[in-house]
Amino acid sequence: MNGLTVAVPRGALFGETLDLLDRLGVDTAEVRANDRKLLFEDAGLITMRPSDVPTYVEAGAADVGITGKDVLMEQAERDVYELADLNYGGCRMVLATRAGDDPAAEALRRLGVMRIATKYPRIAARYFERTGRQAEIVEVKGSVELAPLAGLVEGIVDLTASGATLEQNGLVVREEIARSTARLIANPVAHKLKAGAIDDVLRRVRA
Amino acid sequence: MIHPIPSGTRDVLPDEMRELRAIVEAIRATFDAHGYGEVSTPALEYASVLERAELAEARPAYRLFDESGEVLVLRSDMTVPIARLVATRYADAAAPLRFCYFAHAWRAVRPQRGQSREFLQAGIELVGAPAPEGTAQALTVLCAALDATGLRDYRVGMGDASLYPALLDSFGVAAPARERILYELGTRDFVGLERELGAAGLSAQDAALLLRVPQERGGIDVLETSVAPLADAVAGLAAIGELVAPEVAARVIYDLGLSRPPGYYTGAIFEVYDPALGAPIGGGGRYDELLGRFGRPLPAVGFAVDVERVHLALTGEERRS
Repeated sequence: MNGLTVAVPRGALFGETLDLLDRLGVDTAEVRANDRKLLFEDAGLITMRPSDVPTYVEAGAADVGITGKDVLMEQAERDVYELADLNYGGCRMVLATRAGDDPAAEALRRLGVMRIATKYPRIAARYFERTGRQAEIVEVKGSVELAPLAGLVEGIVDLTASGATLEQNGLVVREEIARSTARLIANPVAHKLKAGAIDDVLRRVRA
Repeated sequence: MIHPIPSGTRDVLPDEMRELRAIVEAIRATFDAHGYGEVSTPALEYASVLERAELAEARPAYRLFDESGEVLVLRSDMTVPIARLVATRYADAAAPLRFCYFAHAWRAVRPQRGQSREFLQAGIELVGAPAPEGTAQALTVLCAALDATGLRDYRVGMGDASLYPALLDSFGVAAPARERILYELGTRDFVGLERELGAAGLSAQDAALLLRVPQERGGIDVLETSVAPLADAVAGLAAIGELVAPEVAARVIYDLGLSRPPGYYTGAIFEVYDPALGAPIGGGGRYDELLGRFGRPLPAVGFAVDVERVHLALTGEERRS
C-alpha cells in the first residue's frame, strides 16, 4: 500500500481491517482467498496475530500496522507511533468474577490478596497497583474463563466485546478497566523516511 | 563448557571486530580532521555528579558502592561526563573546545527485546559554540563521519527540543495538562495527544494546531509556518540549514515533533535514520544549560552514533543493493 509494508492482524480485527484496506485501494482478494498464506508481497501485506503486530512494526519489518489498543497497552514500552484510532473492533478490558457474592472482594477482605487470571498480566498488574489492591496475577494462554470456574483464581481480567462468553460461563463484569479499538501504528524510522506515504494513508483513513 | 554472559551484552570475535574497527577508524579520522581531540573518561562515576544532569529515560541503571560507601554508577552517556571534565579540567580554557570519544555506555534493557545493556558510542562535543553556527558545525561533522563509514542512504531528522513546550506555554497550557500532553508526545501517541489536547480546555482551532504541528516533518517547506510562537525555533532550524553545505542540507528532514529522551537538550536536536534499520542509529543536540550545572556556563552541542547500529545499517544497505 503506497509502497508501505502493512502488518495486518488476523483474528477479531481481520475482516474490518481488510474492508478498510479495500477502501484504501489495496487489493485484498488474495488475502481473503488464502487462509494459510501469511505474506502477500504484491499487496505489501503481512498477516499475523494482533499481539505480534507491534513487534514487526517496532523492528521495521513492517512500516505500519493495525492492532488493538489492548495489545498496545499490554506492550506499552514498544517504540512505535500510534497514529489514529480506527474506531472499529470496539471492546472492553474488564475485571469479571463468578456471579453472586463477589469472590474476589471476599478474598481481598479475608486473605489480603486476590488471585486474578489473565492474558494481559501487565495491564492487570498496573490496574490493581493503581487502585491500591494486592493481586496475584496468574498468566494463562488459553480460555481465561475456565480459571475461576476451576478454582484456580477468584477473578479474571479479560477483553470482552458483547459479554456473551462471560455470561455463558456464569461470570459477571465487576469493573471496567479500559476501552479498546483498532489503532494504526507506524515504525518511528518509517514515520520520518516515508512521511509522505504514511500521511497519505492517514488522510484517507480519516476521510 | 558454556558459561553465560548477561543478556544485552556480547562477545565480539575477530571477523566482526575487524568491521567495527574499520567503522571506528573512519569516524576517528573524520573527527581528527575537524579538530576534535579524543578523550577518555572513567566508566564509573559518582552518582551525585551525573545526577546534576536531567537524563530522564537515559539515566544510569547500574549502581554500586565503593569501599567508603559512596554510590558509583556506570555512565549511561558520554555527554554528562564530558561536561564534568570541561568544568573541572578546562575551567579557564578559552572556548570553543572540541572533544571526541569512542566509549561504551550502559543502560537498562527491557527483558527479551534484544536491547543492548552495553553499547559503543562514537561522538563529539563542541563546547562554547552557540547556535546556529555551532549546531551547523556539529551537523557537518556528523554527516562527514557517516559518509566516511560508507553509509549511503542515511538521513538526519532535525527538530528543536524547546519548540513544543514553548508552544504549549504560548497557549497558556499549564500543569497538570502540560505534563500529560508532553507525556503523550514523548510516547509517540497521537491518539492520546488528541485526547489530552481535547481535555485541556483549548479552543478547537488551537487544539487542532497543537495536534498538527508535531506531525509536520519533511523538506524545508515544513518551516514555512505562520504560527507566531514557533518563529524562533523555526528560524533557528532554517539558519542551520543555510549554514551547512548543500549535500548536508539535502540529508536533513525537518521534524517539528522530534523529541529525544535525555532531558538536558535546550535547542536543536538530531536523530539519524537509515532505511535499512528500524531504529535510529544516533542522535544529539544542543545542551546550552548543562555546562552551567557543573559551574562552567557555556553553550554546547554534540552527537553520538551507536557504532554497532551503524554496522547493522551498513550490512543492511549491502543486502539491499
